[in-house]
Amino acid sequence: MKNRQPLSLHIPTPSTRPGDRPDFSHIAIPPAGSTRQPDVLTPGCEMRDMPFGLVRVLDEAGDAVGPWNPRLDPETLQRGLRAMMLTRNFDSRMFQAHRQGKTSFYMTSTGEEALGAAPSMVLEPDDMCFPTYRIVSYLMARDYPLLDMVNQIYSNADDPLKGRQLPVLYSARKYGFYSLSGNLGTRFAHAVGWAMASAYKNDSKIAIAYIGEGTTAEGDFHEALTFANVFRAPVILCITNNQWAISSFQGIAGGEATTFAARALGYGLPGLRVDGNDFLAVHAATQWAAERARSNGGATVIEFVTYRAGGHSTSDDPTRYRPADEAAHWPLGDPIERLKQHLIGLGEWSEERHQALDAELKQAVRTAAKQGEAIGTLGQSKPSPAEMFTDVYKTPDWRILEQRQELGY
Amino acid sequence: MTTMTMIRAINSALDVMMSRDPDVLVFGEDVGYFGGVFRVTEGLAAKHGPTRCFDTPISEGGIIATAIGMGAYGLRPVAEIQFADYILPAYDQLVSEAARLRYRSGGEFWSPITVRSPYGGGIFGGQTHSASPEALFAHVCGLKTVIPSNPYDAKGLLIAAIEDDDPVIFMEPKRIYNGPFDGRFEQPVSAWARHPSSEVPDGHYVVPLGKAAIVRGGEAITVLAYGTMVHVALAAAAESGADAEIIDLRSIVPLDLDTIVESVRKTRRCVVVHEASRFAGFGAELCALVQERCFYHLEAPIERVCGWDTPYPHAFEWDYFPGPSRVIAAMQRALRGL
Ligand SMILES: Cc1ncc(C[n+]2csc(CCOP(=O)(O)OP(=O)(O)O)c2C)c(N)n1
Repeated sequence: MKNRQPLSLHIPTPSTRPGDRPDFSHIAIPPAGSTRQPDVLTPGCEMRDMPFGLVRVLDEAGDAVGPWNPRLDPETLQRGLRAMMLTRNFDSRMFQAHRQGKTSFYMTSTGEEALGAAPSMVLEPDDMCFPTYRIVSYLMARDYPLLDMVNQIYSNADDPLKGRQLPVLYSARKYGFYSLSGNLGTRFAHAVGWAMASAYKNDSKIAIAYIGEGTTAEGDFHEALTFANVFRAPVILCITNNQWAISSFQGIAGGEATTFAARALGYGLPGLRVDGNDFLAVHAATQWAAERARSNGGATVIEFVTYRAGGHSTSDDPTRYRPADEAAHWPLGDPIERLKQHLIGLGEWSEERHQALDAELKQAVRTAAKQGEAIGTLGQSKPSPAEMFTDVYKTPDWRILEQRQELGY
Repeated sequence: MTTMTMIRAINSALDVMMSRDPDVLVFGEDVGYFGGVFRVTEGLAAKHGPTRCFDTPISEGGIIATAIGMGAYGLRPVAEIQFADYILPAYDQLVSEAARLRYRSGGEFWSPITVRSPYGGGIFGGQTHSASPEALFAHVCGLKTVIPSNPYDAKGLLIAAIEDDDPVIFMEPKRIYNGPFDGRFEQPVSAWARHPSSEVPDGHYVVPLGKAAIVRGGEAITVLAYGTMVHVALAAAAESGADAEIIDLRSIVPLDLDTIVESVRKTRRCVVVHEASRFAGFGAELCALVQERCFYHLEAPIERVCGWDTPYPHAFEWDYFPGPSRVIAAMQRALRGL
């Protein structure tokens, strides 16, 4: 027999578990402003360094620095702050509502509010967003009615989705927000197809799609990047790397030896790695990718480096698999806090204004929640069961008609 | 003997098999350190080591494809798909590969994988956490499909599935993980501890695949059910007072046709019950078999009680779920005859 070494199976393990001191030393964080900004039409092969940098604008002092500074006016920054604060207030109220038995399920996006809010302000009303369940800030930045959201979460008689969907799996076509599903990843290449259709029609619309870092393991991700590259689709493909996929750390998704942005390289696409808790960086990167797409330069992959500060969902208890105080040690801070400090530094915001806005948003959320509760929480109120049978097909066949009748509707 | 929930019983089956056979591996999304979103694999990684029970990337196609490769090497992988709704990215692997590897290689290669997956409704999981896709697997020759209805069967069937040399889909009715559920959702939930089938041997035993259980004897009508619906059928019989014989199929492939035929020839009436939607559901196969084998004994058309031909909608959990009232109505129609 040849003298061959016995092999061993590698199982990735996170650096810390409950009871350990949180440790994020494995995450490379270059100083703000240090990552270059190429021209938007630079060929993919000339940007192979980008996935290993980190686009950051806000430095530790809260100042906007470097080539990616989008130089937004204070009013735009305040709108972004408002959208993120609204998202956080809404999340906390509805999370409580679940605890009080008013609905079956809820998911928060705490710490990730910049990822939807900034791109929502970059993209136009007729562009299309193919979201994940953690991108509700995209709707918040577009003033989607809070009451419609509450009604959806309660599956009540006024639920815009007619009682058919799990809470937070919104659909809001008028707001450029594609229908969500509980199946991970399945819409990522829809965005590519949508963008290809816009190009085919010689329109000027582009698409943006989101996928969790955990879900990049699905075949859908490969399919989307392949088609996006081959057909030079005007689409922005965003990976939200919040470090966790339920209980699995990002190493289980293949983040141990490379970055998620670097997935782009094998497909010949540009890959930007971006500080996802920096509203300005998220805005600037999205703007860059949108310009590239709109000038027929094709798709961009963006990894937003962020942290899921809350549990995966109301069904989850993260203290079972990660240190309870891990969020407090996250090196990129909190997106709301950072934008607030920046605005204060600019002289365009203050603690008092912040408190006042927070109180105003709390009240708006409270009002919507109360209105939704007046219509009814889950089980107290629901659309007519006849709605169970509509929209299965555009025109129901005899099976549906017979069954609806059997149920008495 | 220990009193176990279905979750404990399945955990025990995995533990027993991992202890007996170093080639048994358990993996899937969140099953390692965390122990699975339903806690079914709790403690297995700690006890048997991180290379024997581990988390996988979120890739159902990848989970099943690699399981098939490991099985072809000689291991006995037990893969978990977190919800049966999410098994579809792996459907190609199951249908084109797992099911046919032995056949197409002339018996040279095979892969004895077991694929566990929580399935079914009753938990307000909406349309993506409630599916009952068993018919999609029953239709595929080369796969076996097993569905337990209680802790004792769950453990014995899972051990049989892991020891089986063919690929087995093992659907776990998640609504009855922690206690039996008879569809009376207004009533307080009951615990497995009060159910005799929660007495589970601690060690190794087998409930053979392809052997149904007559869970209630009767003379007037036969009810065919599996999973959660066994408990619904029992409640329907108790409530209506019908002299119903209730058969828990336990595995739909292989199917215990003898037990079904013997019962229906005796009772001359038959109701088929499942949670999955009706059209081309597994009930259609049961109806066809019963009429083929029992046509001259039947006194009434075979009745089907199923989920509606729609996705499983969140707000309408109990309008969709085929509860005991619908089973009673179907039994009454079959008892009245034409
Ligand atoms: C196809 C599919 N497989 C598995 C699941 C179960 N599941 C729901 S969320 C989740 C983790 C997703 O993690 P990630 O993509 O990183 O997104 P995050 O929740 O962290 O935002 C899993 C495994 C699912 N919904 N769909």
